[in-house]
Amino acid sequence: MSIVAGFDVGSLSTKSVIIKNNKLVGSAIIKSGPKPVESANKVLQKLLDETGIAQTDIKSAVGTGYGREKIAFIEYAISEISCHAKGAQWFIPSARTIIDIGGQDCKVIKLDNEGNIKKFITNDKCASGTGRFLDVMAKVMNIDVSELGKLSQKSTKPISFASICTVWAQADVIKHINSRRPAEDICAGINVAMANRVAMLTNAIKVENDICMTGGVAKNQGVVKALSSILGCRIKKVKKADPQLIGAIGAALFAQEKL
Amino acid sequence: MKTAGCDIGSRTAKAVIFENNNIITSAVIPAKLDPVESSEAVIKMALEQAELKMENIEKIVGTGYGQQEIPFAHRLESEIVCHAKGAWWNIPTARMVIDIGGQDSKAIKIDKNGKVVRYTYNDKCASGTGRFLEIMADALQVELDEMGAVGKTFTEKLNISNQCVIFAETEVVSLINDEKDVADILNALHISLANRVASLARSLTIEQDIIMTGGVAKNSGVFDALSDGIGFPVKSLDGIDPQINGALGAAIIASEL
Repeated sequence: MSIVAGFDVGSLSTKSVIIKNNKLVGSAIIKSGPKPVESANKVLQKLLDETGIAQTDIKSAVGTGYGREKIAFIEYAISEISCHAKGAQWFIPSARTIIDIGGQDCKVIKLDNEGNIKKFITNDKCASGTGRFLDVMAKVMNIDVSELGKLSQKSTKPISFASICTVWAQADVIKHINSRRPAEDICAGINVAMANRVAMLTNAIKVENDICMTGGVAKNQGVVKALSSILGCRIKKVKKADPQLIGAIGAALFAQEKL
Repeated sequence: MKTAGCDIGSRTAKAVIFENNNIITSAVIPAKLDPVESSEAVIKMALEQAELKMENIEKIVGTGYGQQEIPFAHRLESEIVCHAKGAWWNIPTARMVIDIGGQDSKAIKIDKNGKVVRYTYNDKCASGTGRFLEIMADALQVELDEMGAVGKTFTEKLNISNQCVIFAETEVVSLINDEKDVADILNALHISLANRVASLARSLTIEQDIIMTGGVAKNSGVFDALSDGIGFPVKSLDGIDPQINGALGAAIIASEL
């Protein structure tokens, strides 16, 4: 019986999973605190509590994410790029382009036919096109970020933005709220703006089918739909797991291989 | 002949009344939601200060982002041309004007006659604009017009690594949590803003004299850091509020109509 764990300590959330005999058996997600060590310890505790598995039963653990070097209880630290590629292919073996939108960055990874990483490109310089953009907008709209996708679906006339900058877009959203534009049109405009920015990055690396989206933003149907229409290709969704867990799953898969 | 210039910016509205190659008066007010109201309020203030009436002014030129809405302008002129004109009128040796406004920044090269040769600007990204300072003033709970002076009292050299306003704000919050001194954080922010604008300016070949205009020029921290960032000394306008430079240029252009 092989029990392995993967930990993804991100800038905004910390994720962990347990894989037992090549099956996902448990997961936990918490908000990241200021110290990655503490976030990792906390998520481990939650994971153990929820699965009823003892820490000593975990044969191997791999960490990823920006705080990966700080995790105390892992055997290896592996880059997010590798872990996302690994995790995405586990669910969608035909994936050749992976778009991962994290809390404070966005990555596009290209794979060859064997699933090796061919190329990747990252934006962590500009908040636009990252999860942060949606967080800022949701806050102004006074809704939870998870509602942005659903709310936008009823929209008939999405608002448009003059600039991609999060700061200017925020000012535009406030203006639209004050002029009583329906919330669905504002939300839809936010999702389209987000998708446009991600498409800029994606197009710089030339997409190849199949495209798979990972990270928390993949849960926002509005962004996924807009992105797939801008790119002109269908985006395959991971259905059997929360897309936010893909990095942690990839890490656990690496741990399993290293047994 | 009395003329006026009216500069309706994104954050403030400015007016200058001009006669016989002299500034009679100037006014600056925070911009209102409606640019029409802003322009009427600021010109009224300037007229009252000069004890004049609208009919005493022969020509008025409008500029700034809200220029289309100025009901009393005889002509409209771009901010680029107005800033070039104002700075050159004040300092004839000016060959480059760097203007940091509330929501944009511009670098303008001018010839010896004050004509615009080339320019570049950023209004796509809030970094490198006055908005950067406003957001940081808020985060640090410092008054906007005190930032420069407070920053000057820094003791420790800190570094803000993010250009993006959103990410830099997060960095500032964590510096506050690390109990870093406000003056030290401000100094780092001023350098960061100046470097962003310096790289915009350097995309044109630098030529002296370089004059800094716009509201941000009143922040001595950014002003001094800009010289360091560009690698050449930056000058301020001679005896004129740098924020009224655009309106001044407009008033001068009006006098030439």
